[in-house]
Amino acid sequence: MSGEHEFDAGSNVGEDRLPGAESAAEERTLGQEVRGYALGLALAVGLTAASFWVRGTDLVYGPGLALALLVLAVAQMGIHLIFFLHITTAPDNENNILALAFGVLIVCLIVFGSLWVMEHLNHNMVPMQELMQMQR
Amino acid sequence: MSTEALRAPPDSSHLGHHAAAPPLVTGHGAGGPAPKRIVVGYGFWIFLLSDVIMFSAFFAAYAVLFKNTAGGPTAEQLFDLRNTAAETACLLASTFTCAMASLAVGERNQKWTQLSLLATGVLGVTFITLEIREFASLISRGAGPSRSAFLSSFFTLVGCHGVHVTAGLLWLGTMMAQFYAKGFRRDIRHRFLCFSLFWHALDIIWVGIFSLVYLVGTLPRELLP
Repeated sequence: MSGEHEFDAGSNVGEDRLPGAESAAEERTLGQEVRGYALGLALAVGLTAASFWVRGTDLVYGPGLALALLVLAVAQMGIHLIFFLHITTAPDNENNILALAFGVLIVCLIVFGSLWVMEHLNHNMVPMQELMQMQR
Repeated sequence: MSTEALRAPPDSSHLGHHAAAPPLVTGHGAGGPAPKRIVVGYGFWIFLLSDVIMFSAFFAAYAVLFKNTAGGPTAEQLFDLRNTAAETACLLASTFTCAMASLAVGERNQKWTQLSLLATGVLGVTFITLEIREFASLISRGAGPSRSAFLSSFFTLVGCHGVHVTAGLLWLGTMMAQFYAKGFRRDIRHRFLCFSLFWHALDIIWVGIFSLVYLVGTLPRELLP
């Protein structure tokens, strides 16, 4: 192994792509790479600004605010995954996507499962005041 | 019928995926084990996802507990959204400079690698300073982690992210030293690949924190679902 150039040595078509690296198939110039990251940054900044703006304005229907902020957050996470971590739906990204999909599944189970279960527990619980009365 | 039509189609089993040139390495077990950098990157990706799952448990705890203020101050009364915006700006900019550093490493450019990593580090330190100042101000106002279930879950979630960023900053320092002392050796580039994945993943977690903990958390009570 020459040590210095083995990054390019395995430029076979259809090789697995690692998270955070560009596909070996599509050679991009440095300028294109920089522009790609700048576009990612611009989109992320735009979505962040939108989140803070939506929070401060009364343009959005009040009870829908939380949902709007959740949607903006998920969109920005997607932007980060695509532009900075280079997770795409290309065939050579299959393993990364599958691992991500499993991670997202577990995250959703934990978060929404906890909220769901605890909501029902709260409903079924004797209110704290009555509990204090009963203990007397 | 011409002889062309009798010949077996060149791509009968690949179903057109690689019609032009059959790959030497398909990435599906054929062609031997994957190169080291693929294995390293994939293994670290799995670690990051497990880290995200750990954070999701803290997010769930915050979502369940954040109305339980035990008569103490609420998120709406405590949090200063301008501070959150400044922290967000620092972390977003540092994720971009980290991406610039990975481009500089690809170009084997020592000067730009060190400069971009330095910028990443300075922005990260600014972020941590802002966060520590916020924590100190909360504790001085009697809103420490022991005040209520809401504040316990807040300090656990945001503090855990802060600890990750601090660890990332130490890692960043060692990466700068290694690039400086040992050059762009292969194993060091692998370590840097893992570091950049870690740093970008931390920014994704922060997106969840500023959106849900700060922006949704400070909504007036009657607007919450």
